[in-house]
Amino acid sequence: MGKLLFLWLLLIVCFCSPAKSQTVSFLKLDGLEQRFEKGKDTVYIVNFWASWCMPCLKELPHFEKLGQSLKESKVKVLLVSLDFKSKLKSAVVPLVKRLKLKNEVYLLDEADQQRYIERIDKQWSGALPATLLVNKTKNKRVFKEQEFTYPELIDFYKQNK
Amino acid sequence: MKNYIILLLAVVSLSATAQINTLPVGSKAPDIKLKNIDGKLASFGDFPKAKGFVIVFTCNTCPYAQAYEQRIIALNSISTPLGYPVIAVNPNDPEISKGDSFDKMQERATAKKYTFPYLFDPSQKITNLYGAAKTPHLFLARKTDKGLIIEYTGALDDDPQEANASRTHYVEDAIKSLNAGKALTVSSTKAIGCTVARAKNKTSK
Repeated sequence: MGKLLFLWLLLIVCFCSPAKSQTVSFLKLDGLEQRFEKGKDTVYIVNFWASWCMPCLKELPHFEKLGQSLKESKVKVLLVSLDFKSKLKSAVVPLVKRLKLKNEVYLLDEADQQRYIERIDKQWSGALPATLLVNKTKNKRVFKEQEFTYPELIDFYKQNK
Repeated sequence: MKNYIILLLAVVSLSATAQINTLPVGSKAPDIKLKNIDGKLASFGDFPKAKGFVIVFTCNTCPYAQAYEQRIIALNSISTPLGYPVIAVNPNDPEISKGDSFDKMQERATAKKYTFPYLFDPSQKITNLYGAAKTPHLFLARKTDKGLIIEYTGALDDDPQEANASRTHYVEDAIKSLNAGKALTVSSTKAIGCTVARAKNKTSK
């Protein structure tokens, strides 16, 4: 009886919670490449961040703003967290909810830093934040290991769109 | 006139990219003379018997640096008897990263019982000479006839999350190879870390 009641409560809670809450899924680098290849957009702006990285949290709203303002264009902003996998529920998801992030959010599921840092960009030291812009029509990849202000981010996009 | 334009272009491109150039392996390790947490200046000269040094750019505030803190202390206890004492430098601009002030460095080093010098570089001169990009960022330097030469740069080990008991200890392995007169199997690695806090207009030195 107790169990049944619990299930009902669980069901009620599930249905009452806002339907459109942002999810964060694990992503491998192969998955990211597929996201570019199969996606309908032409420009992908991938911001690598982490919940513990203060400059990242400072610039995240700029990426949000850019992503939302370019909703009608063929541009997608992807926010890829480099938090430890164990921090998904305790740190990443709560932060995504608190900041009300609307762009796609992922947590990178790669173990070997030596390999994945090189693969994302040869010039990258591994410092966060970092941003990768992929332009499919121009067959172009631009990588920046820096923190952006909003005007800098707009310029970066305009130069490479 | 033409020269002016070239110069102007050079300046513009320098400030626009603001890329940090980390000293590559084989470079001469710049001399360090900075204030230690005991208030005194510390330098390589304080260790006349050392064969070289493990220079660690680390700080109080970065979670990655904190995750490595105990491992840096442990490394020092292994590396010092092997001839390579640890010298830690806080590369962050304390104006931007308040938790990395000199007082806070003293507090943390005392609380965590640091066994090595922990140096303050508020002007970021040494930080920029090495091209420290993030915390933690390590350089292993060896005394040679040609001076102090960088033999390894990168991470302490390959396991930031301490999830793998059979992790590779890059720095420790490198010291052991040097002492055995062998070539290093790994001389540079990459790792995630916190970007060194630099004032934007100071980035291009």
